[in-house]
Amino acid sequence: MELIVNNLSKHFGEKLILDHLSFSMQSGDFMALVGSSGSGKSTILRLIAGLDQPSSGSISVDDTPVSGPGPDRGMVFQKYSLYPWLNAAENVAFGMRLQRMKAAEIKERTAYFLEVVGLSDAATKLPRELSGGMQQRVAIARSLATNPSILLLDEPFGALDLQIRESMQDFLLKLWQRTGLTVLLITHDVEEALVLAQRVHVLAPNPGRIIRSLDVDLDKTDLDQLRLSSDFLALRRSLSATMRELEPALS
Amino acid sequence: MTATAAAASKGRSNGLLSLFTLGAMPSKAVRGGLQVASLLVPLLLWTAIASLGLVDEKFLPSPQAVFRSLASMAASGILFQDIVASTGRVFGGFLLATLLAVPIGICMGVYPAICAICEPLIAMLRYMPAAAFIPLLIIYLGIGEEPKIALIFLGTIYFNILMVMDAVKFVPKELIETTLTLGGRSRQVLVQVVARYSLPSIIDTLRINIATSWNLVVVAELVAAEVGLGKRIQLAQRFFRTDQIFAELIVLGLIGFAIDMGFRLLLRLSCKWAV
Repeated sequence: MELIVNNLSKHFGEKLILDHLSFSMQSGDFMALVGSSGSGKSTILRLIAGLDQPSSGSISVDDTPVSGPGPDRGMVFQKYSLYPWLNAAENVAFGMRLQRMKAAEIKERTAYFLEVVGLSDAATKLPRELSGGMQQRVAIARSLATNPSILLLDEPFGALDLQIRESMQDFLLKLWQRTGLTVLLITHDVEEALVLAQRVHVLAPNPGRIIRSLDVDLDKTDLDQLRLSSDFLALRRSLSATMRELEPALS
Repeated sequence: MTATAAAASKGRSNGLLSLFTLGAMPSKAVRGGLQVASLLVPLLLWTAIASLGLVDEKFLPSPQAVFRSLASMAASGILFQDIVASTGRVFGGFLLATLLAVPIGICMGVYPAICAICEPLIAMLRYMPAAAFIPLLIIYLGIGEEPKIALIFLGTIYFNILMVMDAVKFVPKELIETTLTLGGRSRQVLVQVVARYSLPSIIDTLRINIATSWNLVVVAELVAAEVGLGKRIQLAQRFFRTDQIFAELIVLGLIGFAIDMGFRLLLRLSCKWAV
């Protein structure tokens, strides 16, 4: 799989939201786009998902231009991500049903992906009976079950408490290491981007554009250690400083 | 009063007044008692006024007289016949209005273009009183069942459409977009997500709007009918049978109440996730 974003710009009316963005991803990459509000980071994800159309520039997946939403690009939103009338297993099965997979295959894959996200015991629970972190895990499982070539995550842990957010980061990183997913994560949280991604792009706001890109080459076997290591803290300080300089009121 | 006692009672009212503290929730027993009183107090007042002879019995029949009249109408089979005729008309007209209103309302809620082309027309039609269509309906459809069903249809469809449309606008955009990224097609999104998510609000809309069709069925029967609860009321007036009128009114109220409960039950059974 190869995702190529080339010279992507987006206007809403007169306002320029994204200004000539370019980056690319290969199978198995974990990339994060980090930026404050107004940096157009959600717009980028929506354009890749095909939920909005770019004003200029192009997005292609394996040389095929993106023209609309499709199951090859799975998306998980920050909130309202589950169908409230379906239990966890039915939520996971929903995308496969839409694509009319065979019932036996749906059943098998549902059980498998619930297992992958560690929620086999919660299969028959309704979303409102699940915690916020569990709900997001179900949403990720549902997306994975339709076999996407890339997973688009729009601040998936943004609405969660700090402790739960950290354990969800551990979960997502292990999932990625185990399954070789391709993940594009949007976040405003520098630490989250550094903990999870191999490559981080920093976005500046008004209009949204990439101002800094770096590879994160850290030992991620133990995230609790990582979060306290001096290399990590130095990187985090440096990125935070970059982001702070972008805020005109504070600099 | 000591300082601590003053602090403890600060911002709290005692006794009966505490029922009117904003956000206060009286216990289940208190609420149940109030609900029973809601029906029992008027009934007792009515009984008292009638038995004291404060109002001429011709104008205000006693509860006993009304009950006797109800029993005799039930025994003769008239009541059953009237109920079947009126509820048949209500359900016929309202069902038609619902079958059309739900898909139209959903499409208007989802597609701004469809909303733009339908909403001004519907907004105007809805202010034309349904009863004002009766003469036209009689000219077009005669005096059988058709104009009555058509009247109920006309009187409820616009409200149904607009309220379904509003309900649909509360479907989170994220849920629709998630479905698209899972490979859902337009029809799947409309039926399996938008309609399903709005179902509790749609059932509630129908519960509220079916009351209008009870108004209209009585109006329709006053104009032209052989049987029906409204027709019976008109006949009773001709013979000065206020006891019968009261009996029919109570039956109308009870059936409406039963339908309301029916919709609530339907909501609870079909949308466990939302109640």
